[in-house]
Amino acid sequence: MAWNEPGGGKDPWGSGQGSGPPDLDEALKKLREKFGRFGGGAGSGSGGSGGSGTGGFKFLPILLLLLVAIWALSGIYQVDEKERAVVLRFGKFVDTVGPGLHWNPPLVDSVTVVRVTEERQYQNDARDLMLTQDENIVDLQLVVQYNIADPKAFVLNVRDPEISLRHATNSALRHVVGSTKLDAVISSGREQVGVEVKERVQSYLDNYETGINVVKVNIQDAKPPSQVKAAYDDVIKAREDQERVVSEAQSYANGVIPEARGFAQRIIEEANGYKARVVAEAEGEAARFENLLSEYQKAPEVTRQRLYLDAMQAVMSNSSKVMVGADNGSNIFYLPLDKAVDAAPDAPASGTQRLTPAQMSTIADEIVNRLRAQASDNPRKELR
Amino acid sequence: MNPRFSGLIIVVALLLILASNSLYVVKETERAIKLRFGELIAEDIAPGLHVKVPLMHQIRKFDARILTLDTPTESFFTVERKRLLVDSYVKWRIVDVGAYYRATGGDESVAHNRLSTRVNGGLRNQFGTRTLHEVVSGKRDELMQDILDDLNSIVQGVLGIEVIDVRVKRIDLPEEVSEQVYRRMTAEREKEARELRARGLEQAEKIRADADRQKVVIKANAYKQAEQVRGEGDALATAVYAGAYEKDPEFFSFTRSLAAYQKAFSNKGDILLVDPDNDFFRYLDNRSGN
Repeated sequence: MAWNEPGGGKDPWGSGQGSGPPDLDEALKKLREKFGRFGGGAGSGSGGSGGSGTGGFKFLPILLLLLVAIWALSGIYQVDEKERAVVLRFGKFVDTVGPGLHWNPPLVDSVTVVRVTEERQYQNDARDLMLTQDENIVDLQLVVQYNIADPKAFVLNVRDPEISLRHATNSALRHVVGSTKLDAVISSGREQVGVEVKERVQSYLDNYETGINVVKVNIQDAKPPSQVKAAYDDVIKAREDQERVVSEAQSYANGVIPEARGFAQRIIEEANGYKARVVAEAEGEAARFENLLSEYQKAPEVTRQRLYLDAMQAVMSNSSKVMVGADNGSNIFYLPLDKAVDAAPDAPASGTQRLTPAQMSTIADEIVNRLRAQASDNPRKELR
Repeated sequence: MNPRFSGLIIVVALLLILASNSLYVVKETERAIKLRFGELIAEDIAPGLHVKVPLMHQIRKFDARILTLDTPTESFFTVERKRLLVDSYVKWRIVDVGAYYRATGGDESVAHNRLSTRVNGGLRNQFGTRTLHEVVSGKRDELMQDILDDLNSIVQGVLGIEVIDVRVKRIDLPEEVSEQVYRRMTAEREKEARELRARGLEQAEKIRADADRQKVVIKANAYKQAEQVRGEGDALATAVYAGAYEKDPEFFSFTRSLAAYQKAFSNKGDILLVDPDNDFFRYLDNRSGN
């Protein structure tokens, strides 16, 4: 750019690049004229005449041809499938060429090769904080994937198009996040933020005519800032606690209710059992009674006496007894109180003092005396 | 060296110098003006190769692409006197090369300086009439459009440039305000966490209580049913007994009493004091039973 500015010439190639080709043409013309002037000598092949003085002129055309060849060859270039080349002739745009082998006159044309299909990426800063709609702060990482849709625009329209992309991304991102609530940004609305940022960045870049096509905006990470991370983590833990407590209660319920149902079934079954037993017993006893009754009716007196004696026998043989004949002097005494107490299966246990034989006989005497006294008052004693 | 050859070289060199001073290229990305002894005689020269008269004509070229002014972070106050740190950028381009040259001497930093002052002023005014909420969320586009229109109405004539876009890159809160925001966010999360836990306990308690209720109800119903069944059993049994015993109530009471006596005195520990006059002992003393 600086090479043909007036007073320039810092670059040794400065003048050559800008005005080289016309100069060369002119120089060639001049040379031809020179050759033509002493063409006689040259034409007649009198090489000897110039042997010493004009030896340089012999090699000059070769040298010039060589230079021209080098110049021409250096104009060959290759454009890859993923590239496009923007060609400027004397600074003026002429063409955008696609993949293949191309030639443009060097120094006259300048070729800028741009990788167009290659996906480029821009990732924002590692810790990028921004305000959300509800005036919270969020830390958001995104990656913008883009390629070059219009190489001409990309090369010619904007200085530093990729820096423009960065600026546009930062602005668009903050705009979109600033219009979204924090909860949406960090959870469900993340995709939506990406989509909106993409649209917005693309519209900015189109406005600047950068020729950049935004392929995708990926929100890689959206999280609350590190200062509040602990609180956010605690919310997650709280949510888990909630679920845990509920499922514990559920398991309690799952344990208790079937158990209660089982218990209920047991009560009912027991009742059914009771009913069956009671009824069966009643029927059995009733049948027994009826059978007995029919036999009793055949011989009531004897049967009654027999039943009575049987029962009395059972009663008497199964219990200890004291016979007291008080009134008629038939003194029959049999008082095995001590034995009776010893034989009792539910005799006073430890804790209650055991009676000594001496005490026992004292008590026995006492009882006999009392009974005697009572019997004399009331001569008729009945079986207890 | 041959004098003619050296003469040729001199001629070529002179021609080269002449050409380099009289030919110039304007690139597609540039805009150029031609000055004659400092006087502007041609502006907006098209891209391509052009000729000028050396020494008399001077060519100045400027970048005609869209340029970026990245303004340094400034602090502005919103209408509720909240301080904000704002980082913005401006996209601009030269539209009137002559005016641009006159205003800035072609120096980009001068143009940036002028623009920067005006953008700052514009932002300050716009922020000053809006709340933080408006600035951060919905109204950004509106705000930017206002500043853009203001800027363009001024700079287009004065500086010969067109402002294509003004955007706020970042709006940040100052450190001390950020701390408050963090504290608020933390408090909100704590509230949420506590509520979640309490809700969990609430649900758990409900489930437990419900389970306990069901347990009690199930047991009570079972008891009810059981008692009914028992009652039915008792009723049936009673009916059966009554049906049988009604046939001879006196005999029933006799046999039932005998059974009861046996049951009542089945223990060896029971001590009976009996009177030998009793009917049972009728023959104990007396063979004839009298």
